[in-house]
Amino acid sequence: MSNITLEAKNITKYFHDPTTVKVLMDINFSVNKGDFVAITGKSGCGKSTLLYILSTMDTDYEGELWIDGESMVKRKEPDLARVRNEKIGFVFQFHYLLDEFTVLENVMMPGLKLGKYSAEEVENRAMEKLKMLGIENLALKPSNQISGGEKQRVAIARALINNPQIIMGDEPTGNLDQKNSQIVFEVFKQLAEEFKQTLLIVTHDQSFANRTHRIINMEDGKIIA
Amino acid sequence: MNLKLIIRIAKSLLLARFKQTLIAAVGVTFSISMFITLLSFMAGLNDLLDGLLLNRTPHVRLYNEIKPNINQPIYSQFDTNTTHNFIHSIKSTVSRQEIYNSEAIIQTLKKDQRVLGVAPKIISPVFFNDGAIDITGVVNGIEIQSEGKLFHFNEYVTAGDPADIERLSNSIILGKGLADQLLANLGDVVQVATINGERFPLRVVGFFQSGMQEIDKTQSYASIATVQKLKEKPNNYITDIQIKLKDLAKAPQIAKEYNKLFEIDAVDIQTANATFETGSFVRTLISYAVGVVLLIVAGFGIYNILNMMIYEKMNTIAILKATGFAGKDVQKIFLVIAMSIGFFGGLAGLILGFGLSAIIDQIPFETPSLPSVKTYPVSYNPTYYAIGAVFSLITTFLAGWFPSRKASKVDPVVIIRGK
Repeated sequence: MSNITLEAKNITKYFHDPTTVKVLMDINFSVNKGDFVAITGKSGCGKSTLLYILSTMDTDYEGELWIDGESMVKRKEPDLARVRNEKIGFVFQFHYLLDEFTVLENVMMPGLKLGKYSAEEVENRAMEKLKMLGIENLALKPSNQISGGEKQRVAIARALINNPQIIMGDEPTGNLDQKNSQIVFEVFKQLAEEFKQTLLIVTHDQSFANRTHRIINMEDGKIIA
Repeated sequence: MNLKLIIRIAKSLLLARFKQTLIAAVGVTFSISMFITLLSFMAGLNDLLDGLLLNRTPHVRLYNEIKPNINQPIYSQFDTNTTHNFIHSIKSTVSRQEIYNSEAIIQTLKKDQRVLGVAPKIISPVFFNDGAIDITGVVNGIEIQSEGKLFHFNEYVTAGDPADIERLSNSIILGKGLADQLLANLGDVVQVATINGERFPLRVVGFFQSGMQEIDKTQSYASIATVQKLKEKPNNYITDIQIKLKDLAKAPQIAKEYNKLFEIDAVDIQTANATFETGSFVRTLISYAVGVVLLIVAGFGIYNILNMMIYEKMNTIAILKATGFAGKDVQKIFLVIAMSIGFFGGLAGLILGFGLSAIIDQIPFETPSLPSVKTYPVSYNPTYYAIGAVFSLITTFLAGWFPSRKASKVDPVVIIRGK
């Protein structure tokens, strides 16, 4: 048990609008510490839907979800927000940085929210993460004045700030050109291999998936491999 | 820590839409300043009008009422517990209007901690003779020093020196209306006849103008000694004791107490002028109503702008939630935005309101009936500023509450997937 970071048991989900459709059927799988996992499948197979359930943002499902040995079922919204803050890092298809803040502030934000370290400490850690991703020179720029590839790397730095149990990505390279995709993939790979960071990435980019350690293939709401 | 972060995020969002924020704040500023100005002006007018009456009215007045004797002889024979006595044609007795033992009463009153001051008075109806005409009027015998101190008598004397009535014997201050009827100028001598038919020449040393024509046409003032001479009474004769209290609200209770203690009629200001308070109350109510309506309008402005901001910032809200901000935190962020609009807008409103009041205070306002008033009356009562500040915060809180609740309910999945 202690080696399992995330476990899904019999997760089933329905969409009710416009008609009731079963989008996820009995999903069972677990992610171990240090795994670099890709979830692949065609558009509409339910892989993103699954990711949002696993991320605790979507609570409308049946089945059980365990993160770091704790059940996520029937927990209150502020409680789940704290879990997301502390244990999960996100990277989305679109960067989703806060335009009103600088790059450094964006990275610091979840750390300040966690409140485990002082503001100076959080700032130091944020600079460390930016250095690790080779973008420390952007720290003081407004976040809407950097390129798409840079934004995605800032988003990864932000995902890392609280040393999460798991990083989840929803098509993190889907909106990037070849070169930037390559850079982002290298970052993920480095995180997995050097820092033993657990990663769970949803992608339909087969070449990306092939280079991860484990592929979960989905079709029509079921895991097929 | 958490609150500091929330305020920081709120500040960034505010500054990002600075123009809209400014317009919302100006709305609050405008309504608060109007609220303050309106209330200050209205309260100033109220104070002025109240002052017309209150300044000159004792809080408690001790006197002897002309009335039938309560102890009719028959009661000593048949007591009212066992029998009903029917008495026809009771008449008021010829009681003396003089207050018995007035000196001792005044001494006792002066020692009472609740009493601000005491002024003795003699009210004497007279006729003013002017050739063939007799004009009915009243001479009030007053102690000029206490009358001036307690009832602002000096403010209403438009010509002459009020102290002259005590300095010069047989002198009188006439109401302006009365003086006009008598064609009397300063230094002239007017003939005053008492009810008993005695005639006295009195020298006019001043005019007074109260703002109420009816009073100015009948009233006149002389020293107590002069009126005692006029009425051929000894020098301890007085008919009224006027009392000013430290706390106006206690007047009815104290009047009752004195009524028992001194066995004398005592009337309090509330009973004597029951209808008076209604006017001030209604005027104040109207100003509050207008002020609150202005604030509500400003509140809708804030509501609109916050709603718009929330639609614009859906992505920000979604990302905050995804990275671990709870719905409550998001709600707090937007509430802080609303409240800071209310706080700064309100603060500017208080200052602007004060400025407008100060300007109104400088506008000349001269009316012949109110000689002591030169500019529009304005009240600078801090209560209105406190109410304005509290109202601005409450309205903006309510205006922010609903949009911020909506923001807290934003589902990040819908926003993130929808992109």
